[in-house]
Amino acid sequence: MSFTLKKNGDVVVFDVEGQLIVGNRQELKQKVLDELEKGERKFLIDFAQTGYIDSSGLGVLVSLSKKIREHGGELRLADLNDDLQTLFELTKLDTLFQISETRERALEGF
Amino acid sequence: MQPKKRRLADVAWAGASDVADDGLFDPVTPTYVALDVEIPSDVRQIEPVVSLITEHCRLLHLTRRQCSLNIPVALSEALSNAIIRGNHEDPRKHVRLRATVSDQALVFDVVDEGRGFDMATVSHDPTTPEYIEREDGRGVFLMHQLMDRVEQFRGPHHVVRLTLNR
Repeated sequence: MSFTLKKNGDVVVFDVEGQLIVGNRQELKQKVLDELEKGERKFLIDFAQTGYIDSSGLGVLVSLSKKIREHGGELRLADLNDDLQTLFELTKLDTLFQISETRERALEGF
Repeated sequence: MQPKKRRLADVAWAGASDVADDGLFDPVTPTYVALDVEIPSDVRQIEPVVSLITEHCRLLHLTRRQCSLNIPVALSEALSNAIIRGNHEDPRKHVRLRATVSDQALVFDVVDEGRGFDMATVSHDPTTPEYIEREDGRGVFLMHQLMDRVEQFRGPHHVVRLTLNR
């Protein structure tokens, strides 16, 4: 599992490869917060290569979204597979995030 | 550190017998024990052991969703609670996972060395507006959403039992 960071214009894009769970969530959180600290404000997390997310992983996404909004920024999510989409629907977190089918769509108008 | 595999001959599991002797529940008659392991109280151990279980589940012709969502997420929650809340991440303590497969169901027993926490006291709904922006508080909710039954037993050991019907 790993988190890869890429820049697309003024958007910081993270790819989550593997799981986002209690054992690694702090690593993603710190990477995003480091970029926020550097002045970045637009963030996209792409889950195309993600297996599953546990409640700790979901919690980190909620926490990051809040933190980024407090700094006048935005966190978007993209490429959730059917199972991850179900997870977000079960927890109603699909109402909290802007979720796009693809990275390209998420980047449109960001 | 890799999870320690137990021999299938060791399935006469003292913990299960103890709990059953307390008369707290009717144990499911196992067809076989798919996995019986002990892991240290380290959250980094969760992913490899969940991976072992999901690989086995794919051989059982469960649905794709059961293998890639219900089981890994619910099991991760139970193991995480056992390590963090049960054993307080004490490296001297271990968490035991036993997965039993029958024609009717998959049963996961997660055993820690602590008192655990009373899941019945977790009554909030994390999907409501007052909770939805909280970072924590979704674990027990997800176990209930993704499993057919979630039970908790306190005997000589603290056991969380997850049951997924086939």
